[in-house]
Amino acid sequence: MHKFRQNLAHLYTVLFVLYLLTPLVVMSGAAFNDSKLPSIVPWKGWTLMWFGEMISDQRMMLAFANTLWVAVAVAGISIIVGTASAILINSVSGRARTALYGMMISTILIPGVVIGISTMIMWTKLGGALFGPEGKPWPFIPGLHLSILGQVSYIAAMVMLLVLARLQSFDAGLEEAALDLGASHAQVMRRILLPHLYPAIGAGGAVAFFQSIENFNVTQFTRGGADTLTVYVFSKVRSGITPTINALAFLLICVTLVLAIIYEVNRRRRARIEAARQAEARRAEEALL
Amino acid sequence: MQDMLRRYGFGLTLAMCLLVTFWLVVLVIVPNITLFEQSFRPYLPVVEIGGPRDTYSFANYLKVFDGNVDKSLFGISFSIPVHVYTFGLTIFYSMLVTLICFAMAYPLAYYMAKIVNPRSLPTLILLLFIPLWVSEVLRAFAWWIILAFKGPLNALLMGLGLIEDPIRWTNMGYTGVVVGLIYTYVLFMLFPIYNGVQSLDTNQIEAAEDLGAPWWKIHWRIVLPHSKPGIASGSVMVFMLSAGSLLVPSILGSTTSQWFTQTIDQWFKDALDWNTASAYAFLLLLLCTVFVSVAMWLFKVKLSDIAK
Repeated sequence: MHKFRQNLAHLYTVLFVLYLLTPLVVMSGAAFNDSKLPSIVPWKGWTLMWFGEMISDQRMMLAFANTLWVAVAVAGISIIVGTASAILINSVSGRARTALYGMMISTILIPGVVIGISTMIMWTKLGGALFGPEGKPWPFIPGLHLSILGQVSYIAAMVMLLVLARLQSFDAGLEEAALDLGASHAQVMRRILLPHLYPAIGAGGAVAFFQSIENFNVTQFTRGGADTLTVYVFSKVRSGITPTINALAFLLICVTLVLAIIYEVNRRRRARIEAARQAEARRAEEALL
Repeated sequence: MQDMLRRYGFGLTLAMCLLVTFWLVVLVIVPNITLFEQSFRPYLPVVEIGGPRDTYSFANYLKVFDGNVDKSLFGISFSIPVHVYTFGLTIFYSMLVTLICFAMAYPLAYYMAKIVNPRSLPTLILLLFIPLWVSEVLRAFAWWIILAFKGPLNALLMGLGLIEDPIRWTNMGYTGVVVGLIYTYVLFMLFPIYNGVQSLDTNQIEAAEDLGAPWWKIHWRIVLPHSKPGIASGSVMVFMLSAGSLLVPSILGSTTSQWFTQTIDQWFKDALDWNTASAYAFLLLLLCTVFVSVAMWLFKVKLSDIAK
């Protein structure tokens, strides 16, 4: 009976993984179908036409460039703000900490629609109040810079959580020692605290970058006339679509897969080295006994 | 605070405080206060803003109760304001999505934490992560292809002889939306539960087995209570993401499915009535706050447990 349940569990896992991956395979497959509609049935023959059309789609390339710089900006600002918040949170205690922490965390739970509308309204109203309703200067007009600010408002919290977790393993005595030995405050920060936080900051930057690429809700309400890739794909899907989107999806999935495989190979190599080292240590121990 | 001054000096401490203030005040608090304030003002032509007609009222919120539609549920027909109806259905279907996600994710989370060979676990996690890296809009689009009238799902079912004629999946009320939301968000349920189950001592399960507990009782009395914070966290995430999703309902919705975020979007983008959109957005925020609070109270978990 126990064996049977175990096999059932294996089967369930395989089915689950299939459930997750099949839609991606179907979507990629449609990129190669010589049919005006994105589908894999009926199969009308292989073609690479859609990749060519994708490259010549100026709007998509522009949207792609927009997405990249928005994501870089969001990652940059989120890293700075998130790291500062984590350090601040870590050095206050009691009620102030609870209140501050609660406020920071709750930004993750605010629906994107609310963030988008509130950011848009605040900046345009502020511009209206300062410069009158007509001819408001940048940054009080809708545009991708408002999308960046809106996205930072919740992505910074994710970076904060990652950095805060890393701060728990930081030995504050190192800072004391540096100060006693005559280091300046800036040196303490740059040479001691930040190097310890770099792994978390790097992870935070990656999370922020990908969250920004994914973002739709905030961008949709604040973007003005500019496109990001998500918004462009969305408008394509809603209006008449051609399989160029599938071609794009296929390329993105390939990039993901390559990254995943590199990561996996690296991990296995490290695991092998680790195992060899442990075996070595065991042998040495046995020899000693 | 003194400690911080001593370590990093006045300049750096001030800079960090200013950054946090910029984030919380300029990016979060003031926009939300503006949203709240605007939601009580009427939608007026530009020249009349600040004029005598620009007064506070609940008019925007009361628009929720405009325009009744006749519906029937379980044979009882009733008349209900269309936006209240949308709001109710959004909550109902978000809960349904949360429930299904839990039912799908729990066995796998348990498998990952307790049954699978620990050496193949990282590979499994990597496989599960792949759809998470592919963006949400593409995940919804994939299901748009699959569920299409002449799409692969109908072709497969007809090929197997399960159905005679193709089914219009995306024209069956909320079916498409629910299917899409589950696929998009099920992983947000899986990983918190996995974290919860993982910290359970396997000896407890073995002890229960030795003492003769049937498998369902082990889950009900030991595994489930232990993984409660993870379940709460996953449920809150999935519910919030579903109720706040605009992409999936717009792509996979049918003519008869309306999501509350779509209503907000229409006020904002089609009617250009930002004030009413603010009122509706505030209602959504209120709903989410209430839901999170109730979930935390029911499961007796803290906010810091959820945001892990």
